[in-house]
Amino acid sequence: MAPGMQAVRDRAPALKRQSMPRAKRAAIVGIPAFFVLAITGSASLGLIVAALIFFALYIPAWDVLPLGKWIVPLGVILIAVLYPVYQPNLFDVLIFGNFPSVDTGVTMMIFIMMALGLNIVVGYAGLLDLGYVAFYAMGAYTVAWFASQHFSNVNVHAGGVGTAPSTPGFHISIWIVLIIAGVFATIGGILIGFPTLRLRGDYLAIVTLGFGEIMPQVANNGDNLLGHNITNGPQGINPIDPPGFGDTLHNAVGLPSDYLSSTNSTRLFYWTALFLVLFTVFCSARLRDSRLGRAWIAIREDETAAAAMGVPLMRTKTWAYAGGAFFGGVAGAYYGSFKGGTFPGDFYFNISVFILCMVILGGMGNIWGVIVGAAFLSYLNQEGLANIGAWMNKNGVSDFFFGKDIDVPLYTSGIFGIILVLTMLFRPEGLIPSERRKAEFREGVHDQPLYDVTHE
Amino acid sequence: MADLLTADGVRKEFGGLVAVNDVDFTIPERTIVSLIGPNGAGKTTFFNMLTGVYKPTAGQIVFDGHDVTGKPPHAITARGIGRTFQNIRLFQSMTSIENVLVGMHSRLKGGILRAVIKPPSLKREEIAAAEKAHDLLEFCGLRGRDDEFARNLAYGDQRRLEVARALATEPKLLLLDEPTAGMNPQETAEFTAFVSKLRQDQGLTVLMIEHDMRVVMGISERVTVLDYGEKIAEGSPQEVQSDERVIEAYLGTAAVT
Repeated sequence: MAPGMQAVRDRAPALKRQSMPRAKRAAIVGIPAFFVLAITGSASLGLIVAALIFFALYIPAWDVLPLGKWIVPLGVILIAVLYPVYQPNLFDVLIFGNFPSVDTGVTMMIFIMMALGLNIVVGYAGLLDLGYVAFYAMGAYTVAWFASQHFSNVNVHAGGVGTAPSTPGFHISIWIVLIIAGVFATIGGILIGFPTLRLRGDYLAIVTLGFGEIMPQVANNGDNLLGHNITNGPQGINPIDPPGFGDTLHNAVGLPSDYLSSTNSTRLFYWTALFLVLFTVFCSARLRDSRLGRAWIAIREDETAAAAMGVPLMRTKTWAYAGGAFFGGVAGAYYGSFKGGTFPGDFYFNISVFILCMVILGGMGNIWGVIVGAAFLSYLNQEGLANIGAWMNKNGVSDFFFGKDIDVPLYTSGIFGIILVLTMLFRPEGLIPSERRKAEFREGVHDQPLYDVTHE
Repeated sequence: MADLLTADGVRKEFGGLVAVNDVDFTIPERTIVSLIGPNGAGKTTFFNMLTGVYKPTAGQIVFDGHDVTGKPPHAITARGIGRTFQNIRLFQSMTSIENVLVGMHSRLKGGILRAVIKPPSLKREEIAAAEKAHDLLEFCGLRGRDDEFARNLAYGDQRRLEVARALATEPKLLLLDEPTAGMNPQETAEFTAFVSKLRQDQGLTVLMIEHDMRVVMGISERVTVLDYGEKIAEGSPQEVQSDERVIEAYLGTAAVT
């Protein structure tokens, strides 16, 4: 018998034992839900298949098996990768209506990426950053500078697609620009971080809030910055070149030359965004389990003790900032390219809070949690609330409560506020908390400041 | 014997309050030195200056041939001063072994890029570090507690873990701030033996703040007494014990007369 099979057999009892509680939980929710759906006539083949796949991933304690820890992530990745393929055939969900379109999926991916980036700062290192949108803006303007006609007195083409060689401006391949944007944002993070990270807790939050407020002002008024047009002011910069691999690679290995002119443009954007998310998850996980990740958690718990154990506070915090900024920058750049433009109105304070809500709702410090939180909130923002509103209006719910039809997306901020308050009341550790965080919220961890002089 | 640490005229003022008043102090290599004194005598403040948590108002601290006055804590730790805290300051939501691994921070390498790329050299380093951390836990009497969250450990074990974490910084000088506080007599005796063993086996120098006189007198070669921020006596345990000013400071004037 193959040694692998033997191992599986050895662990079968453990697998069974650990799976039972989850099977029970699934049955408690699943069986009544099935009857309700069957009676209301909304059970469909798609729903049953989806439920079966979900239970197959959720119920068995796959971790027990050799290589088992990869089964759930791979399953989820597969579901995500195939999403554009089966999305048109999906069933409707009660109240929420359709599953998100692939287009919305791209935006969700971008927000997942940003939330994961912010999670490094807030979730791992425990630094409250209320100005994360600044890095997003840096990324978005980087792509606007290096892949558009904005600088019309130069004519540099280096792999940019979708424009004629005679078009002025920088036209650098989006793939390179994504890296440049990440690096720019990282540098920005270090520059902002260096003077501010000496501060603790609330003070840091206020200063980051300030930077977050400065950013859109600079963007708005940057059409005449010392005589130069940097940001093109309130009109923003557009069009921005789409991603693509160029004709050479297209002809040689069949990679799409230009996403926008492709027939399945949205899918290409989606898969690329998914790839970026996977990259972010990979980096987040690696960082979490590294020496640096341990130092971040140590700082979050007790700065004084961490410093006494040899952790350089300033440097370690700056790395957290820089790491978070990198992903914010890349996400911003990709978003700019996806939307085809960068506008100062996209970088207001509410976006910082929005991303922070994703991290808190999902579960600070936990990658799975943050992904779920970000996907859910960005879905609500993009489609979900409108769908709910349509359902309410159609079924007379609005009429019953308010006496007339209402436009639910108008109340987005209020609804997010309510979600946040409910989270704090009933599940302060988030939907899917990490083991550590759960403990902290249950028993509380206090950092007593001991420094009279903070220094590096 | 060479002095491992020399403090020269070290002073700390908080506003108008002089917490530590021009204290001269030396720790010879491979000795166990105790710092005693009534509550509020400035012992912990002095400790915090040695470890860089506070910057001295005046004076100089030389450790192992380097001026460490006013250096940040992590730099001093890297030079070889490890410490524990009076009120246990473990990383509560980290496991024992993770606590010890944080202690190794300055002895390990690997920045942000290396952490992401994770080359084989880093993998080997991490495995070696984990093994070492495991051994340290065992050495400190925490066998089998590797993966327990620090907050779930019993009080005595938390104290032990603090020492393990401090040892992980590979110190030449170990500072223990009231290590036996809250321990019962048996635990205290065990701990005293453990500190002696540290000096013998690992060649460590130890500076201890302690209230329990039996501990102090039992293992220290030299005792320094602080009162109101000033050094009032220094010498062998016997000398200090019979010093009038010490008795006065500890037990009040009534005890002397």
